[in-house]
Amino acid sequence: MATMTEPVSVPGGGPSATEDGVRRRRWGWSALLWIVVAFLFVNLVALVASVVVDSFGKRWFGGWLPEGFTTHWYADAWQEFDLSSVMLVTLEVAVAVVVISVVIGVPASYVLARREFPGKRVLMLLFVLPILVPPITYGIPLATLLYSWHLAGSLSGVILANLVPAVPFVILTMTPFIEQIDPKIEAATRMCGAPTRVVFTRVLTPLLVPGILAACILVLVRTVGMFELTFLTSGPTSTTLVVSLYDAVFSAGIRANQSVDAMASIYTFSMMVLLVIALRFVNPTQLVTRVREEPAE
Amino acid sequence: MTSVGAAAPAAGPARRRTLRHRLADRGIDRSLWLVLPATAFVLVLFIYPFIYGLQLSFDPQQGGGPFANYQKFFSDPYLRDTIWKTLRLGLPAALFNVLASVPVAYAMRGRVRGKRTITTLLVVPITLGTVLTAQGLIMYAGPRGWLNKVLTGLHLVDSPVTLVHNWIGVFLSLVITGFPFAFLLTLSYLSGIDPALEKAAATLGAGPWQRFRQITLPLLAPGLAITFTLSFVLAFSVFPSAQMVGKPSGSTRVISIAAYEAAFQQFDYSMGSTIAMIMAVIMLIVIGLVMVWRATLYRGSTGGKG
Repeated sequence: MATMTEPVSVPGGGPSATEDGVRRRRWGWSALLWIVVAFLFVNLVALVASVVVDSFGKRWFGGWLPEGFTTHWYADAWQEFDLSSVMLVTLEVAVAVVVISVVIGVPASYVLARREFPGKRVLMLLFVLPILVPPITYGIPLATLLYSWHLAGSLSGVILANLVPAVPFVILTMTPFIEQIDPKIEAATRMCGAPTRVVFTRVLTPLLVPGILAACILVLVRTVGMFELTFLTSGPTSTTLVVSLYDAVFSAGIRANQSVDAMASIYTFSMMVLLVIALRFVNPTQLVTRVREEPAE
Repeated sequence: MTSVGAAAPAAGPARRRTLRHRLADRGIDRSLWLVLPATAFVLVLFIYPFIYGLQLSFDPQQGGGPFANYQKFFSDPYLRDTIWKTLRLGLPAALFNVLASVPVAYAMRGRVRGKRTITTLLVVPITLGTVLTAQGLIMYAGPRGWLNKVLTGLHLVDSPVTLVHNWIGVFLSLVITGFPFAFLLTLSYLSGIDPALEKAAATLGAGPWQRFRQITLPLLAPGLAITFTLSFVLAFSVFPSAQMVGKPSGSTRVISIAAYEAAFQQFDYSMGSTIAMIMAVIMLIVIGLVMVWRATLYRGSTGGKG
């Protein structure tokens, strides 16, 4: 892998001694790096495994493994925490947030990507702020307001609160995406006499679909994982999976550690499925900048 | 007079058109309506609550002047010290995540075999969530967990090391959940730097370290500043992990716990908002310092199109 970043070697000239030394030293460094990374990763895997093993374990007191294995903690957790309705709420909130944030955010990012107008910088700052400020900071006053508007505790309150970081997030990911679409395509469409509506539906939308899809999935992952805002605004009928997981740890009453583990495993598994789907559509290295991959030499 | 009267109907639409043209020249036309929903949304659900919270913080529930809440916060060590505790957790965690992500991302730039798999593996911890991380830390790194069994089994330590229910536990949790994020951003910024620049430096005889130090790092600095800021935002609101793997009444009583307790356990929304505002100010100070640092390093655009 080191050779790829090397300048194109002079044809005919073999690698000299010093070049060899440099290469070996660099190989040493990257080997060390990967050993450290692998070591930490093994620890992480063991950490996750201990939770998963426990969630399938009967009793586990100090030994290397539990005394026996069972799946009944999953059934317990599913019933005890009413996970079917929690899952449904999570899905509803996530889908609503994704759809609304895309509908609101994409047109805005189109204008931000294509136009220059007075106050654009202020507007950009306005859209960056909700991402730069920790959710709990605006979450507390927002929850207070939503309570006084009688929206908190309901599904719509949770959706509204989760939209606050989602809309700017869509705008910030879509603006660079739209910037890299050649404006000449739109100009050409207009030259051929297409009205604005047609430019949008027949030309822009197909070009935007990959970007919108990426933004959708990222917002989905973020919303499902968003703890603070949902926690502050949800009521008994509008808890999402993260919040109900947290409640399972902290609410009154003694719970088997295993059923919390079972629930945490369910949560992580669903997030992992989402993320793996996401990574199929989004190239993670091109989140911030879009460059062409280096052509093969 | 008559000529003016005759010209008026013609001048009317003409003038209106020129006004519209003049506005269009400055970039104001009908397409700006498209930003309106998003702007209105952020104004109503972000800016307004913020101002409302600010106003609420100057209107204490117990009375006693507009600054009573702030006075109370800064005079009560139990509340005041949360700032210090938060920074002591958040800053090292964010710094560690950013610094650790640089060499890993640097080794992953360009074309590397299995790049996608490695990236996926490194990013997957994002999905763990705080609760699983916390449970995992308690079980794996706890006194009777696998880690301590291995360590004592190999006679590396005599008695089990305490890694949870203290500062270390929260720090580890912040690293596990924060590193993938920092790594993704750093990798993404690094990929945006034109590889030709490094090649040019190499043809001029620069060694690997020199190329990193003098070409890549300065170009990466703005991206690192942003990565640090966003990592710090994540670490700053550590509330669930601070409660689960930390010592929420002692060394990891972070400011968000104080804010939550004030607002939703004592139902003192005014005090809760006060603490939220103080958090925002601290956050802005940190962002400001990072931006100052960034400005001293390099003035110019990031590698790729931002």
